[in-house]
Amino acid sequence: MTKKEERELAQRLVKEIKAMADKTGRKLRFMEVCGTHTVAIFRAGIRQLLPDNVELVSGPGCPVCVTPDDYMDKAIAYAQHPDVIITTFGDMLKVPGTKSSLGEAKTNGADIRIVYSPMDSIPVAKDNPDKKVVFLAVGFETTAPTAAATVLAAEQQGIKNLFMLSAHKLVPPVMEVLLNDEQVHVDGFILPGHVSVVTGTGIYEPIVEKYHVPGVVTGFEPLQILRALYRLVKQVANGEAKVENEYEDVVRPEGNPVSQRITDTVYEPADTGWRGMGIVPLSGLRMRETYKAYDIEQVMPLAAVELPAPKKTACRCGEVLRGIVTPKECPLFGKACVPTHAIGPCMVSVEGVCAAWYKYGQGRFEYGK
Amino acid sequence: MCLAVPAKVLEIENAIGKVEISGVSREVSMMLLPEAKPGDFVLVHAGFAMQIVDEKDAEENNALLAEMNGAPRTVDTIEESAAHD
Ligand code: SF4
Repeated sequence: MTKKEERELAQRLVKEIKAMADKTGRKLRFMEVCGTHTVAIFRAGIRQLLPDNVELVSGPGCPVCVTPDDYMDKAIAYAQHPDVIITTFGDMLKVPGTKSSLGEAKTNGADIRIVYSPMDSIPVAKDNPDKKVVFLAVGFETTAPTAAATVLAAEQQGIKNLFMLSAHKLVPPVMEVLLNDEQVHVDGFILPGHVSVVTGTGIYEPIVEKYHVPGVVTGFEPLQILRALYRLVKQVANGEAKVENEYEDVVRPEGNPVSQRITDTVYEPADTGWRGMGIVPLSGLRMRETYKAYDIEQVMPLAAVELPAPKKTACRCGEVLRGIVTPKECPLFGKACVPTHAIGPCMVSVEGVCAAWYKYGQGRFEYGK
Repeated sequence: MCLAVPAKVLEIENAIGKVEISGVSREVSMMLLPEAKPGDFVLVHAGFAMQIVDEKDAEENNALLAEMNGAPRTVDTIEESAAHD
């Protein structure tokens, strides 16, 4: 397809979305629950292309953003321990905890190493047998199997000084929280592409049925996103609610069974805290009893370390993550809080909603109508 | 963070795959995708091959990834591209 053909197809899809939405006689609101979709939507300018009665809102799809302050505080406390080396994805460094960030801890001499894969922690552990190497295991269903596989690899290689500080998050339970939240209103979900690669499409079915809210799994190209929106609007117009897959080349109904099995071997569902949403029952993963020798919180509990009291802040990231306010409603957006000097995690992470608004908006468009 | 990047598998040895991502070769774990073979295109996330995919899914995602890694915008929005011709 040439650029021109793509654009014409996009315009046709938008027309059809409008025609279908007009039939419902009300304003429809759809949420994307994947940070990469957030960026892809802003990048292609899809929000400003849509008719007035179809609105997009971003959800809690950025793993760094949903990780609460107390996890960062714990990570920083471990980082400051002289026997610990932290391995982490780079975007965790700038996330503020209550008092400081991992980046500041690193500047102050903590041994923190940025890795591309959790597996990169293994050579670090081998090279530093007298240290405890702690990987900051955050992320959604896509990332959990990579941490789990790393634990299995460490076990196989007899490595005893590699540990996880786990804060994995699961998508379906938080979708349910949003659906039960009176302040949040959504008519359907753009379901994550790469989470679904691992989980398959079945995990969304119980929620879609229970709440009668449609969901469509899709990819990251503008046309894929528009086609998913068309399918969502069509379902609403027809009074349907089912899970559809607009990313069939990549997402199989059953997902990746090996990944699921490996995650399940090492982890079990557990309650976990989300920024802006508090503790959500069974929305995270903790290491099973059989793998507790790899869980830093079991091996070296932090009880002795005093965690700082929660701070007061004007940052509205917690509400931004639930789609209740737009970044523009935050008094700090674009002023005190910009990507080069981020106050909150929604601006720190490239997948953060505030960062996407800033990078692709910057006053050029009136987003979020 | 969930973004997965397409890569071509060049060779596999002991569950370690040598793959090519945007012209750069690197090693990834094949632990989560034991069925992949050399020549396949796979999605790579956090150093692991996650799924076998078509070659055509590759390009657009690489551009998106570059922008997510801090590169400036490389495409026009759909509206802007219409204004050019
Ligand atoms: S603009 Fe900055 S301070 Fe405001 S909500 Fe977003 S991250 Fe928080």
